[in-house]
Amino acid sequence: MKHKKKILLLASFLVVLFLAPFASSWPDGLERVAEDLGFADAAREFALPALLPDYTVPGLPWEKLGTVIAGIVGVALVYGFLQLLAKFLWRADGVARGR
Amino acid sequence: MHIPDGFLTAQVYLPAAGLSAAGLAWGLKRTEKLDEKRIPLLGAMGAFIFAAQMVNFPVAPGVSGHLLGGALAALSLGPAAAGVIMTAVLLIQAFFMHDGGITALGANVLNMAILAPWVAYFTYQAVTRVLPGRFGNTIGIFFASWLSVLLAALAAALELGWSGMFALNVILTTMALWHILIGIGEGILTTLALNYLVQLKPADIAGEAKE
Repeated sequence: MKHKKKILLLASFLVVLFLAPFASSWPDGLERVAEDLGFADAAREFALPALLPDYTVPGLPWEKLGTVIAGIVGVALVYGFLQLLAKFLWRADGVARGR
Repeated sequence: MHIPDGFLTAQVYLPAAGLSAAGLAWGLKRTEKLDEKRIPLLGAMGAFIFAAQMVNFPVAPGVSGHLLGGALAALSLGPAAAGVIMTAVLLIQAFFMHDGGITALGANVLNMAILAPWVAYFTYQAVTRVLPGRFGNTIGIFFASWLSVLLAALAAALELGWSGMFALNVILTTMALWHILIGIGEGILTTLALNYLVQLKPADIAGEAKE
């Protein structure tokens, strides 16, 4: 499992580095439906500001670099959060805690 | 299909948040056991799904999709662990990237972290029961992934319709149309990722293994 973990983490960084900057900028399914049916404007930004809004680094002029930075930060945050959570939710023998 | 703030009314997003919390707790209780060797994979699987979700691929002129990952997580680590993984991804996306709303978080968790993994899990089991062997395994992964995206999209459509954004039947039809296409991408990517990246057989998900 150790090497599977390494492969997955390596793949995450490769995807962020080489694929994410070239992702299609077309709206996704839900965004397209919202546009076609005319309710896209109902979207509201929550009062709380985002650190990396829409996977960009505010103020950074290089958009693709911003995407990569946002991706690496996001990957690290998700990984760290889940590593912590796994410690609390599962005992070392794999049984879910609190049963 | 991350629903932003402003699309759902409180009458929809509050019950959705409650259902999500109950669903995650129930999933964790129900799951017998996560193979201890797979626990270290939780973080890496979340990291990979976060990364993959950034890569939109075109499905038709003017429409894109991206890997959802609910099926990938469910078929490699089990549906309850998948719920935890997908919720972590959605949390970070909502709070740090504003991808998906904060008020809509409960609904997004319900659609993508609970519904999609469980749909994938049960569909895979049903398909491989009818079609055993390697062929059945591949068809099972593909169809389970495709259906998980379609049903998650229909759940989102229901929530939008109930919030009065548009006539329910129109939202359902248009969401279904695009996600039938996006789901094909999900099927291909999940099949590839399970076979070449994770190299785990869905059939031996711990605690629910069937021979």
